[in-house]
Amino acid sequence: MTQPRPSVAVLDYGSGNLRSAVRAVERAGAEVVLTSDAAVAAEADGLLVPGVGAFESCMQGLRAVDGVRIIERRLIAGRPVLGICVGMQILFAEGIEHGVRTEGCAEWPGVIERLQAPIVPHMGWNTVAPHDGSRMFAGLADEHFYFVHSYGLRDWVLTRPPALVQAEVTWTEYGGDRFVAAVEDGPLWATQFHPEKSGDAGMHLLQNWLATL
Amino acid sequence: MSLAVRVIPCLDVDQGRVVKGVNFVDLRDAGDPVEMATVYDAEGADELTFLDITASSDSRGTTFDVVGRTADQVFIPLTVGGGVRTVDDVDRLLRAGADKVGINTAAIARPEVIAEIAHRFGNQVLVLSVDARRAPSSGPGAQPSGFEVTTHGGRTSAGIDAVEWARRATELGAGEILLNSMDADGTRDGFDLEMIRAVRDVTQVPLIASGGAGRLEHFAQAVDAGADAVLAASVFHFGDMTIGQVKETLRASGHRVR
Repeated sequence: MTQPRPSVAVLDYGSGNLRSAVRAVERAGAEVVLTSDAAVAAEADGLLVPGVGAFESCMQGLRAVDGVRIIERRLIAGRPVLGICVGMQILFAEGIEHGVRTEGCAEWPGVIERLQAPIVPHMGWNTVAPHDGSRMFAGLADEHFYFVHSYGLRDWVLTRPPALVQAEVTWTEYGGDRFVAAVEDGPLWATQFHPEKSGDAGMHLLQNWLATL
Repeated sequence: MSLAVRVIPCLDVDQGRVVKGVNFVDLRDAGDPVEMATVYDAEGADELTFLDITASSDSRGTTFDVVGRTADQVFIPLTVGGGVRTVDDVDRLLRAGADKVGINTAAIARPEVIAEIAHRFGNQVLVLSVDARRAPSSGPGAQPSGFEVTTHGGRTSAGIDAVEWARRATELGAGEILLNSMDADGTRDGFDLEMIRAVRDVTQVPLIASGGAGRLEHFAQAVDAGADAVLAASVFHFGDMTIGQVKETLRASGHRVR
């Protein structure tokens, strides 16, 4: 008997390469709907939060569709959410771009700040260092993923009592700087890179996510 | 961990068809950009660049269709250039499925458009395409760096210094420079390494070298000179070399590739 395809809502809040995100998740095996409707976003098996551009304008767009609460409510109910690129960055407490400080969703503490590399943006295919037992990177040792960003989380500050679920952090390095490439934290997953633009490796990663839905 | 050198094939598209230098034996239709994009993706291309050389603006709809169909099937980054003049042009291409947009002549005519696009979409979407050549060493056409910007496919001098233009454009918000040597273009004698070094020295954004690739060893030379990515068209289209061979040669020269 074939399993029904998981449903994924791609959150449309005016940011991100929505078409690519939708097509990639479809290709990975999901039924996809592009929506800014809170009820539809709540109902889907998985919620994908894309994001391209500036932290501040992404947060404005997100607030305009009540996206912060949509994400929050899903997580309280233990329902999977995947943030991509700026869609990952806005999950942190705040972002500083061009001296502008913007409050984020604060699912995790930490500040998104400019990368300290000689050549920015960090643009292209890089490898990452997944933690042991990562479900996100299962079967993806040594693969390259496509990054394009000028800001990132360079200082991970979250610590929790060992009895609680521990967020697992995957790092990458570029131009002598080190920053977060991905986070797995219970139902909340996020990648700084673009799995929807990372060819077969990205497709495999999206399938790993769909397998958790 | 370190970033891989990107190898980028460039397709010239006119009214929805690839127009020059296509000589693949394994294609059903050598003129279909979507099919060629799929082949290059399978061969390991790290990005794809479409250059829309359609003369009339009536045919732009065809380009959007090509971009959309490519983005539906090929899950690697896609840059589209040609005829981009305004923030709205960029918006339409991004909505159609482009990840990055190349701008050239319009930015020379009105540099502020660079800042406008970067402000709206972030500088990572904007590739400044510079068609440059060696300037006269003396007289009215001379330039401080020795390189000048050209327009109209290298036929016309824009009367500005190419290295200074690249520097200024990144200050305005260009996230990447596509540096095309009009002297080297089509010669297959190798990239203009001196020009790559000159632009690398004054910019802090990724640099794509273009123009002059003819032999496998040329690509590593461009990277050694400071390029983060290498772009070529005819050597790939005519099957003189594959993307895989370029990557093997880069790897053998000590450069990281995907």
